[in-house]
Amino acid sequence: MKGIVSMVMMGLAALVLMVTPAAGAKSIKVGAILAVTGPMSFLGGPEARTLQMLVAETNAKGGINGRPVELILKDSMGNPEKAVSFAKQLIEEDKVVAIIGPSSSGETMQIKKIAEDGRTPLLSCAAAEVIVDPVASFVFKTPQKDSDAVKMIFEEMNAQGLANVAILVDNTGFGKAGQEQLVKIAPEFNIKIVENEVYDKAANDLSAVVAKVKANKDVQAVVNWSVVPAQSIVAKNIRQMGWDVPIFQSHGFGNIRFVEAAGAAAEGIIFPASRLLIAADLPYGHPQKELLLKYKKDYEEKYKENVSAFGGYAYDAFIIFEAAVKKAGSTDREKVRDAIEQLKNLPSATGIFSFSERDHNGLTKDAFQMLTVKDRKFVAYPPL
Amino acid sequence: MKRLLAILPLLAVVVLVQLLTSWSGTQFYLTQMTMAAYYSLLIIGLCVLMGYAGQISLGHAGFFAIGGYLSAALTTRSLVPFKEAALVRLLDGCGLLHAGRDLYGGELLVVTPWAAALFAVLVAALIAVVIGIPVLKLKGHYLAMATLGFGIIIYRLVLATPWLGEADGISGVPPFVLFFGVTVSGESSVRILNYYLAWGILLSGLILLINLMQSRIGRALRAIHGSEEAADAMGVNIARFKLQTFVLSAVFAAIAGVLLTHYNGGIGPSEAGVMKSVRYVAIVAVGGMAHLWGAMFMGVLLNFLSLRGVFGSYDDAVFGLILIVIMLFAPEGILGLIAGRKKPAATVPTVEQDGEV
Amino acid sequence: MTTELFVQYLFAGITYGSIYAIVAIGFNIIYNTTGIINFAQGEFVMLGGMIAISLLSFLPLPAAIALAVLLTMVIGALIEIIFIRWLENPSVLRMIIITIGLSILTREAAVHIWGENIRALPYFVGNEITTIGIMGARISPQVLWVVGVCGVMVVVLHLFFRATSVGREMRACAANRLATVLCGINPRNMVTFSFVLSAGMGALAGCVMSPITYTQYDMGTGLAIKGFTVAILGGLGHSGGAVAAGLLLGVIEAFSVSVVPLAFQDAIAITILLLILFVRPHGIFGSGEAARLKAF
Repeated sequence: MKGIVSMVMMGLAALVLMVTPAAGAKSIKVGAILAVTGPMSFLGGPEARTLQMLVAETNAKGGINGRPVELILKDSMGNPEKAVSFAKQLIEEDKVVAIIGPSSSGETMQIKKIAEDGRTPLLSCAAAEVIVDPVASFVFKTPQKDSDAVKMIFEEMNAQGLANVAILVDNTGFGKAGQEQLVKIAPEFNIKIVENEVYDKAANDLSAVVAKVKANKDVQAVVNWSVVPAQSIVAKNIRQMGWDVPIFQSHGFGNIRFVEAAGAAAEGIIFPASRLLIAADLPYGHPQKELLLKYKKDYEEKYKENVSAFGGYAYDAFIIFEAAVKKAGSTDREKVRDAIEQLKNLPSATGIFSFSERDHNGLTKDAFQMLTVKDRKFVAYPPL
Repeated sequence: MKRLLAILPLLAVVVLVQLLTSWSGTQFYLTQMTMAAYYSLLIIGLCVLMGYAGQISLGHAGFFAIGGYLSAALTTRSLVPFKEAALVRLLDGCGLLHAGRDLYGGELLVVTPWAAALFAVLVAALIAVVIGIPVLKLKGHYLAMATLGFGIIIYRLVLATPWLGEADGISGVPPFVLFFGVTVSGESSVRILNYYLAWGILLSGLILLINLMQSRIGRALRAIHGSEEAADAMGVNIARFKLQTFVLSAVFAAIAGVLLTHYNGGIGPSEAGVMKSVRYVAIVAVGGMAHLWGAMFMGVLLNFLSLRGVFGSYDDAVFGLILIVIMLFAPEGILGLIAGRKKPAATVPTVEQDGEV
Repeated sequence: MTTELFVQYLFAGITYGSIYAIVAIGFNIIYNTTGIINFAQGEFVMLGGMIAISLLSFLPLPAAIALAVLLTMVIGALIEIIFIRWLENPSVLRMIIITIGLSILTREAAVHIWGENIRALPYFVGNEITTIGIMGARISPQVLWVVGVCGVMVVVLHLFFRATSVGREMRACAANRLATVLCGINPRNMVTFSFVLSAGMGALAGCVMSPITYTQYDMGTGLAIKGFTVAILGGLGHSGGAVAAGLLLGVIEAFSVSVVPLAFQDAIAITILLLILFVRPHGIFGSGEAARLKAF
């Protein structure tokens, strides 16, 4: 027993010895809580890589206000309890100016109050509208509003004369938030939801559920709202059944990998997304064109993979952070928060941000561009 | 009694850690120490089930989630729409409901944390009884599969039930006022209090289990573990003792779930995941199957490091590696390797000796 | 329900079922010679797919698959030799934990080698939208590949265990280890061989299903759980039972879509399993006597 007790004591003593108050550094610290690994890693992975690239670029140019930026990246693996622990760590211990992330809405909602209590700006990369509605003074988010995506989809359906739709969503927070908005907004556009199914994020094959939806002869269109690879399986299974129903997807489809995975089945899918995906096709003089092309080129050269809309959300968060620190001329959290609210017409990857006291998302429906897939590539719909 | 005295040095360490962190202005370490203590509460309960009763459970995160999710849902989901229902009125009459205002300023009527916590733990215990009776008749891989299956069912229910928040989980869980002036809450103003509270509960749990293992139940469990047939012949009611241990460990897990959920202010589906259950089993194995001290020590250490993000993106990898190395070279656990030789634990047949789970 | 929908569900079920059955048979091969459940079985499926996809940049599809299967077999052998061969009488619990650890390590190695993105082999015939009509239902030809390859594997395995001397030695090893030693067979080599065999089967299944299910670094755990469920349902060590149980579970899952929300599908499959375990603790097709004779 003595042996164990002494072990325990030694272990804890070692922990305490590690305790050394952090020296006051000159750098501007920004924290990030992202699901770099784990089931949500296709969101957190590109987000983390984008941040690392941007921080390196900023520091190469001399930092912000002449001070280098230090990124403290925490991998939450999509676990809310880790996000909670990391948020407290970043706020109290690392004393970061702001936190970028988390990647998922569940994690964001869990640390919303911690950011409020710690009076630290939180720039979430998750889509759900509850994050900024009602507005919490320190919580912001960069992805477009789900409701705007839903409206774009329904407008297109109205134009095509499609009234009865089946919705298929994944069981992530993204799918859940999308389902809520689809059901809520449908009546405004005289659209009837005749099938409503939730599929697992790790599904291997979804032909059974697609068969069920197909058997309902009323279905005129399918909305496949998801952020996971399984959305490509849905598209494939629909086409494999020889079903040529129009397929609409969400901004969660904004990763060319999903198109590659669905292959020929992705052709003709219509979805609202960031202009990042069609940067090269934008007309000259578009306020986002130059920065999008640069981001795309830098990222693709550095990481040998295509940019995705998800990485774009972290890009926005950093651009907003940088602009706010510059505007505030300070790294005081309260001042940075106030500066974010005053940012107007800030072009970034996802859209042109204009924040206000009541709008902590800063984007309008204009941040979306309807896209479709043609010859395995994203193109504007209708063509620009 | 002598065993209980061994708690004193540990108590001293707990106090010392607090004093040192306060002195050096690094109280923030206490946040993860508190969280790790709650996880360790589950782990010592599981240790008794695995090490002493010899029953593996790959579904203990399920009990943690039952405790955490029920208390979270009951203390956040408003009962206003059911205001007129007889049950709600009855609860209100008993003073078990709490009225307030939500984020939007709307009317809110929720169950008080105490009532929710008791209900959650009670449900976990009941489920443990119902599941335990058939499951504990199984052995070896079948027992592993059945408990794993239980864990998956809970995970799926949590992920598919709107009342439990689906993929987002439940956030905005209010602080839990245990009694006047003592609140389970993650706010930094009550951090030191919560640190002592968590460790007080963990050490009380440890004392309880140590005493229990010295009592009739502990002797019976050891007899069962040694040889079920022999114990049966001696008149030990095997099924009852196994079930009691199972329920006890489930209650420990549920209490840990309730407290940590109030401390974090929320809970998500990852707390119910299979990986969590595997983690708990592994920590017990690494600490040493029948070493309550070892399990607690490893539980605190590994959870503390993991919650601080020390392993970065290699969290699972480091963990898998520790698991394999310990199981290959020190199947009695890391402390079993160091202290096991001279410990009375040698008289406690460990799982390895008789090859039975 | 129309015939068309019925056939459609049936084929969906058979597709899932064949995949589950193959993973379950992988469990059984190792279980029969060693008495342990290899929780890293799902990882062989993932590795097979991943390696084949990587090799595809240099080799034509059939060669890439063949080499991937071969490499996975080598990995299977290495895992057995490094982690399992030298253990003296390991307990069930210890082996469960070691193989879980191996599964975690393999998965984490995969995410750091291949990244988190999804990959897939191309369709063997046609592309993503090629379909063939069967009794009014339409399915991808790849489904026939999956079912066909799984069927062939089961038959070949059966012949191997019945007709070759190595197969008979492995069966002897499963029946009575001590007697096998007395007959001059080295059971340790048989154990290594069982890992090689089940790794190869898993890898081949991983390649054939890749166009349908995609290959992702974390696909192994889910498959292992389903495979384990099926192996238990069919009676541990009982390959015919695994095929029957796999198809049964697959078909139940497919048809259950029409009555219960998809979100509860897994919970229902496992509840059925638990209920069966409580009534028949040795599975539907397993023999109770054999289950008692096995040392747990």
